[in-house]
Amino acid sequence: MTPAAAMQDFVQLWVYLSATPLFGLTATLGAYLIALAVSARLGHPTWANPVLWTVLALAALLLASGTPYPSYFSGAQFIHFLLGPAVVALGWPLWQRRAQLRRRWLALLLAALAGGAAASASAVAIGWALGLPAEVLASLAPKSVTAPVAMGIAEQLGGIPALAAVLAVLTGLVGAISGKALFTVMRIRRTEVRGFALGTASHGIGAARALQVHADAGAYAGLALGLQVVLASLLLPLLPLLASWLP
Amino acid sequence: MTALHGLAILLLCQSAGEAASRLLHLPLPGPVLGMLLLVVALRWQALRTPVGMAADALLGHLSLLFVPVGVGVVTHLALIARDGPRMGLALLLSTWVGMGVTALVLQALWRDEPP
Repeated sequence: MTPAAAMQDFVQLWVYLSATPLFGLTATLGAYLIALAVSARLGHPTWANPVLWTVLALAALLLASGTPYPSYFSGAQFIHFLLGPAVVALGWPLWQRRAQLRRRWLALLLAALAGGAAASASAVAIGWALGLPAEVLASLAPKSVTAPVAMGIAEQLGGIPALAAVLAVLTGLVGAISGKALFTVMRIRRTEVRGFALGTASHGIGAARALQVHADAGAYAGLALGLQVVLASLLLPLLPLLASWLP
Repeated sequence: MTALHGLAILLLCQSAGEAASRLLHLPLPGPVLGMLLLVVALRWQALRTPVGMAADALLGHLSLLFVPVGVGVVTHLALIARDGPRMGLALLLSTWVGMGVTALVLQALWRDEPP
């Protein structure tokens, strides 16, 4: 077989494979496992965040090969679907720590309310000051809530659901990568406080990072993420109502 | 009872939550109601082992589940070229504000509590 014919065979194979769900699923799992292994080999430094590098590698692959996002997603949706059961699964760490939570619920609820409101309000305020359009602001508002829930809230607020999901993932990455440095500067030492703050401001990706560092930090991050989901779904859709009361 | 049973229980809770959210027009999304349902259901001892196995498996790789949505960044390249730096600045600062406020409030409220 001549090199040109082999090349043509390869191109045909690629065209076939990249259109099947097999491609998106295999590429996502494969890239993530490689990123995870490299991160572990390096001793889990914050900059080697597996989600960041997996997303960058897959985005580069899609752009370089000209594969449209929908055909990638036709396979990746099987992983995406598990976000729903994962949100349900957050009930498990909550239930395991029910005794602690019964004692500390008021402080945790107040911190979650204050932190969630501060994150959302400052995102919208900074975006507004920088002159971002309204639909981008509405997509920024739920950015501290885990991606599937952020999409629903953004839609209610008149934002772009797909953009809201991407902004939520980027927010998670910012928190997971810079959280440790911020807590050191602020002299926050308690693992539960660090974990809870990570989960409040940067949801599941922050919680995954917290879990890498300490089991207690991970549990409080999971709790914070669950609380944000409940609080944000209840409170953020009220924002347009609030705005309509203003003169 | 295995992790597969646990996954089935999680899916059942999610389905019940989804149904309740739509039928009763509740403001909470289905998976969130499912989470609250799960906490109640866990009073039943027989559910604990399988749910624990499934939940630990899912939550142990929680960050993987965000990859498909994250790759969606390729569909917003025009928007990012136009508004990227401003969106990035808003994201960065507001995430620090959110983390900082949460940590300070919690630390202040727990001042008297032993770690």
